[in-house]
Amino acid sequence: MHIAEGFLPPAHAIAWGVASAPFVVHGVRSLTREVREHPESTLLLGASGAFTFVLSALKLPSVTGSCSHPTGTGLGAILFRPPIMAVLGTITLLFQALLLAHGGLTTLGANVFSMAIVGPWAGYGVYRLLRRWDVPLMVTVFAGAFVADLSTYCVTSVQLALAFPDPGSGFLGALGKFGSIFAVTQIPLAVSEGLLTVIVMRLLVQSSKGELTRLGVLLTRSGERRQEAVAR
Amino acid sequence: MSRNTKINALLLLAVAALAVLPLVLGLGDHKEEPFAGADAEAETAITEIEPDYEPWFSPLYEPPSGEVESALFALQAALGAGVLAYYFGLRRGRRQGEQRAAQALRDAPAGD
Repeated sequence: MHIAEGFLPPAHAIAWGVASAPFVVHGVRSLTREVREHPESTLLLGASGAFTFVLSALKLPSVTGSCSHPTGTGLGAILFRPPIMAVLGTITLLFQALLLAHGGLTTLGANVFSMAIVGPWAGYGVYRLLRRWDVPLMVTVFAGAFVADLSTYCVTSVQLALAFPDPGSGFLGALGKFGSIFAVTQIPLAVSEGLLTVIVMRLLVQSSKGELTRLGVLLTRSGERRQEAVAR
Repeated sequence: MSRNTKINALLLLAVAALAVLPLVLGLGDHKEEPFAGADAEAETAITEIEPDYEPWFSPLYEPPSGEVESALFALQAALGAGVLAYYFGLRRGRRQGEQRAAQALRDAPAGD
């Protein structure tokens, strides 16, 4: 769930836009380089964008008695690195802002920052860290997607608390308030997103071994064999 | 069903359970409007903190009704699902084609 249109004061809206812009520009460059150097990855890029499209259209009920939706940015960040997700996430957010009145143009910068920048980077960071420790691939994928999803909404809560500090309890009070709305609601949804990302990654391991090896997701021959053993 | 398919089905089942349980357990019963969007709740929280705040911009286009909005959300999900299904279908077809070609190559000398 993104910050609604007009719900960030102009100064904040502009500041988040300025903060996000370089990431998106850099992302567009990475994306065009990837497509030029590896035209065969266009299809998988499309699939990663499509995954974000599906997941951010699914508004799911949560334990807090309210609804929110996952982001789907972890998968693309793991496959193609976060800069490319900055672009794919922005496209999804634009679609929702323009056609669905969900999120908004004035809050696009802030929403891009949370969903298309911090989420992918946080998820990717956790994924890389766990891989270095030799954690099984699917566990790292789950953790990466979970963190990408949850961190997105933690950032959303911080953004709102910065813009609307509580008159009594200040920034922290507001953070508690927005955090209980966004972040707590998101925990079970982040688990769902982790599981769905694992399903897609399992299907990719079966169907696109060559691509995954090229992208560095499947590392060594022994790693591949371990995956095959899991697949059977 | 292969073991692989079974694991995927179990994972999907877990996702479905996570979505259905809050509804079944009535976790939204304490609310005036159960299972509203978190973004709408945030808007309420903003007006609680700052009662004078007025959104200074409104969406350029707003779906005229809940029905149209849900149709557009469904369209978004369908577009994404369509592309994903195309990807996996294409991959599967290619793999089968390659296998068949390899099989034909292996069989060819035997037929001579």
